[in-house]
Amino acid sequence: MANYESALNALGLEEWCSSEANDGPVTMAELLARAGAEKETSAWDIPFPSLDTLNKACPPIPRARDMTDGVEQAFIDIKNPLKAVLDPLTEPLSWALDGSLALFQALPWYVLIPLLLLLVWAVTRSGRLVGFVAVSFLFLSFVDLYVPAIQTLSIIFVCTAISVLLGVPIGILMARSNTLQRILVPVLDMLQTLPTFVYLIPLIYLFSVTESKLYGIAIILYAVVPVVRLTNLGIRLVDRDVIEAADAFGMTARQKLLGVQIPLALPNIMAGVNQTIMMSLAMVVIASLVSAPGLGVLVLQGIRELELGVGLVSGFAIVLLAIILDRVTKASLARINTTQSH
Amino acid sequence: MSDIKVSIQGLYKIFGDNPDTAMQHVADGMDKATLLDEHGHVLGLQDINVDMRAGEVTVIMGLSGSGKSTLIRHINRLIDPTAGKVLIDGENVLDYDAAQLREMRQRRMSMVFQKFALLPHRTVLQNAGMSPRIRGEEAEAIEKAAQKWLERVGLAGFEDSYPHQLSGGMQQRVGLARALASDSDIMLMDEAFSALDPLIRSDMQDLLLELQKDLHKTIIFITHDLDEALKLADHLVILKDGYVVQQGEPQHILLNPNDPYIEDFVSDINRARVLRVRSVMKPVNGYADFAGVVDADDTLENLIELSEGDTTRRYLVQRDGDDVGVLDMKALVRALVPQHTADRGSIR
Repeated sequence: MANYESALNALGLEEWCSSEANDGPVTMAELLARAGAEKETSAWDIPFPSLDTLNKACPPIPRARDMTDGVEQAFIDIKNPLKAVLDPLTEPLSWALDGSLALFQALPWYVLIPLLLLLVWAVTRSGRLVGFVAVSFLFLSFVDLYVPAIQTLSIIFVCTAISVLLGVPIGILMARSNTLQRILVPVLDMLQTLPTFVYLIPLIYLFSVTESKLYGIAIILYAVVPVVRLTNLGIRLVDRDVIEAADAFGMTARQKLLGVQIPLALPNIMAGVNQTIMMSLAMVVIASLVSAPGLGVLVLQGIRELELGVGLVSGFAIVLLAIILDRVTKASLARINTTQSH
Repeated sequence: MSDIKVSIQGLYKIFGDNPDTAMQHVADGMDKATLLDEHGHVLGLQDINVDMRAGEVTVIMGLSGSGKSTLIRHINRLIDPTAGKVLIDGENVLDYDAAQLREMRQRRMSMVFQKFALLPHRTVLQNAGMSPRIRGEEAEAIEKAAQKWLERVGLAGFEDSYPHQLSGGMQQRVGLARALASDSDIMLMDEAFSALDPLIRSDMQDLLLELQKDLHKTIIFITHDLDEALKLADHLVILKDGYVVQQGEPQHILLNPNDPYIEDFVSDINRARVLRVRSVMKPVNGYADFAGVVDADDTLENLIELSEGDTTRRYLVQRDGDDVGVLDMKALVRALVPQHTADRGSIR
């Protein structure tokens, strides 16, 4: 107890320390300490001068608990102005997610499944893949997972589309400016390493849990990273000689971007899109915690209600979706590569 | 003689963080090594003055690191100089704004690259039509021009192939067609044939000379190969460590090298194959008794073969049917002996 008192007194803070007591909420540890007798401390176990320890010696110093309260208060203070800006900006995301969900579910299965197969054929031209996707969907429908699978797929489509729409231009700007790259790389690193649940905490404060944009934003923040990174990389990797030729023949910046840089970076951009799709699939399960419909809900049900079978089968359905999405995007990537190999 | 098309005047290029300060040191007489040691700046090009005439092939030759690729990129301003002027048709290119510069690159200049630099995702025909497409011409006109030049470089039938399906030599033919299709007066060729096999390189040189006979472009050609330089050049510029060692008519440089560096260069080549009759002939001074008539542009090698090695013979030299000189076989043999600046005048 008396460990740091003398040190603080030596700094001439005695008066300030005794001036006012801090009357924040009492923590459990303090209650326990009050109940027990005060222990003598030897020099061996001098505690680290953390906020809590210093607070004991000098009450005006805030405790750690007060500090986290402060962070919370600061967030709550900026919440309303932030919400006023973000709410209208992100409203279209809700419309897109809801609209897409409604559309996917409004179409009867005998229309939607052939449409999906047609899409697979259009981007891959592979009969085997179309067959695999057909069998997978028939299986999912047969075990009554058609609706959640379609919901999950709908969310992934919307979030991937928006991620590409945002990520590709950001990646292009990043490739053009080294300064922007220096600023954005740590941000992207953070988005990718931050535990996914941590995104959800401030989002829950900002938006209502019933709004679809809540999970939409969480998924996009997580999934946009690879497409930004790989667009940046792809454009930076375009053969310098070809860029020089484009300059030497007097291409405008626009002609160079659309006619040379983007086409030549396309294999890398598509690899980024593949990663983005896989990451939104990973996030869509976690997003079920904040009301995202789909297969994740069933997995969650498996955990909450210990329904092992439900959890495992829907988990398997997620793996199946992942394989389908991965193979289809990789096959279309391979098609791009063969048409423009060097 | 024809007009000066491109004129490089007092050109300096310094690489580093603060080239202008470094330029001040150079202007005060600091040399390249000191500049690098004390200020960390590289003097890439120093005081380059070259005039390039319209319709001629100017070859800039030097070893790697001599600054030749840097120099050619100043002409279309892919690199901006630290000091000096680049005049094209009398206009200083350095005064151009972005739009004028683009206009110049689109219409007045084209470039052929060492590594071809074709667009890998476009067909051969689309690649050849790149320049008119950049200018925004009509699709039909673009295709017609591209087709015409592809045929001219011997690539008819490959229009729909992609560059990676062609061999190196054929890819460079596409590069050449692309440059020609821009219809520009000036063609910059940056080690255009250096990446090719020797036989294909020789084919491409012949193709270029044949095209040049009809087109009379102003060609600026970069190479590190003296044989290539001597074959193509009307005007030869030899660069070393960023400065011009010697420039002039190639035959003249070969016969009168002014620097040990150039002597080294020229000592390895087959002089008989490169030197021409016109460079060693004497004026017609009432000689008679000719063993035969030869053309002014014949190589000495041809003449040795013609004379069967007999050094007592004498030939009449003609160009387009007019007598222009006399060639003594003894003079020819003397010309084959390399000269050394060090002992010039002292022994002879």
